[in-house]
Amino acid sequence: MSNGTSVKGGGTFCFGLLLLAFPLLLWLFLLVVLPHIDLFLVSMRERISYGKYEFSLINYIEFFSEPLYWNTYVRTAVMSIFATFLTLVIGFPVSYYIAKFMRGKGKNVLFLMCLIPFWVSELVRTFGWMILLRESGVVSNFLQWSGIADGPVEMLYNDATIMVGLVYTSMLFMIVPLVSVLDSLDDSLIEAGYDLGGNGFTVTRDIVIPHAMPGIASGCIVVFMLTLGNYLTPNLLGGKDSLWFTEQIYTQFITRFNWESGSAFGFLLLVLSSLIVWVGLKLSKQTLSETVG
Amino acid sequence: MIPSIPQPKFYKGLYSGYITLFFIYLSAPLIVVGVFAFNDSLFPSMPWEGATLAWFFGTEGPYIGIFNDSKLLESIGVSAFVAFWVTVLSVTVGTCNAFLFERSQFPGKNLLYIVSLSPLVIPGVILGISILVFSNAIANGVEEAIGWDLEFLRPGLFLVIIGQFAFITTITTLVISARLRKFDISLEEAALNLGASRRAALWTVTIPFLKPALVGAGIVAFLMSFENFNTTLMLVGSDAPLTIAMFDRLKQGSTPVLNALSLLLMVVSGGLALLSVFVQRDKTS
Repeated sequence: MSNGTSVKGGGTFCFGLLLLAFPLLLWLFLLVVLPHIDLFLVSMRERISYGKYEFSLINYIEFFSEPLYWNTYVRTAVMSIFATFLTLVIGFPVSYYIAKFMRGKGKNVLFLMCLIPFWVSELVRTFGWMILLRESGVVSNFLQWSGIADGPVEMLYNDATIMVGLVYTSMLFMIVPLVSVLDSLDDSLIEAGYDLGGNGFTVTRDIVIPHAMPGIASGCIVVFMLTLGNYLTPNLLGGKDSLWFTEQIYTQFITRFNWESGSAFGFLLLVLSSLIVWVGLKLSKQTLSETVG
Repeated sequence: MIPSIPQPKFYKGLYSGYITLFFIYLSAPLIVVGVFAFNDSLFPSMPWEGATLAWFFGTEGPYIGIFNDSKLLESIGVSAFVAFWVTVLSVTVGTCNAFLFERSQFPGKNLLYIVSLSPLVIPGVILGISILVFSNAIANGVEEAIGWDLEFLRPGLFLVIIGQFAFITTITTLVISARLRKFDISLEEAALNLGASRRAALWTVTIPFLKPALVGAGIVAFLMSFENFNTTLMLVGSDAPLTIAMFDRLKQGSTPVLNALSLLLMVVSGGLALLSVFVQRDKTS
């Protein structure tokens, strides 16, 4: 990172720097920092009459005193953590296979095959699951045809289906960091582990997983964040009873036009997501710039 | 577990079976969406009623094909418009950011870097509502102070573009920075030594080197914008981009015209994705 001072005079350099920093500052302050501060301020006020507001904690009190909101919040968090865990458990063997079993062209092809579904809109993927799992869907028909079920089976609108959809949607963000971190693990380290008397289990526990930790951390953080903030998948696959917290925010903002309470919900979701990301970083001893940068 | 380590056949077979199952899981929804685009039935579900192309080219209701569905075509236009502006803005600002973070030193740089990464860990819905609340506050403030009604700060396409730009810029910044980091600064110094002006050195040496990353970042930005749902949902006005229009249709229950549209989207975005992979593949090193 050598800078331009060697070729340019100090004054003009400073001006150039300001010019370069201008779009960045505009972007960050107008679109990221100030809107979130404003969101917080709006969440701390109560509407008295038209255009008149007063400082109040009523929105947060309402959240904690209404079991529906509170339960939805906890449910969203718990299901997101579970979905992240499942994504990791399902994705890890696949990443390991791509990174360590495959060579050359086959490896690139397999890796691309993992990526391509995710260039397709989440809406299309969820639509696919709806066609597969609905009462008149492919799986239900297959079960009847093969004699496992007697009548049509409705597989939409339950928690397991939401989970299938969430894991599916997040898989890419787990596999990419895992493959890249496992690629960097030298095969000879694994061989040495076996030479020294380790078996599959101990080698995985003592060599592979510690090495893969940065990838695991960044995969989990991104997957968790995306799952927590997901709206489409729980809404379409879970139906009316999906009870996802983003739906509550949407209801407050768009349906009930209660922006104060919606802001409070939004802020609480932001706190939850930041908190768990922070805990994840601490536990895996990573920093944000290492993880995403 | 690696080829050099002998494993029992049974174990290997089990592992390959798992990988096969995984890829079936990965491809099943997409294949199903594609196949049912050709089903001669009013609903995208079983049973199979025979093949038809009506969901692409059909003109008579209820068999209105995607090429004759003016509402959906219009929303594709809206999405393309939004994605175009998001791409232009986010690649431009991303390039400035990359130069700022990779080439210069200034106090507070680390903090600024962290803040500029933060849109990646803010859920899209929250980014949407915070921009909605803030722009509304500005619009109200202006209206009260000087009586102007700033229509563009109310929910609508301008806010959708701004909202998507807010987080897509982080991604373009990362992609372009990664490429700029690999650039050998002595090449630029050589150009300067040979008498090039700073501007000429930038345009003839540095920017051509960055081109794969710029194109790659552009494709990624376009696709992410085109497919964005969460942020758009909160900021959308009366003109619905494609994802919102499709979502509304899905909720109502739709004819397989949505399958036909999805199949086209898959072909186009799959093609763009492959293109971005090839563009970014480094041929020189």
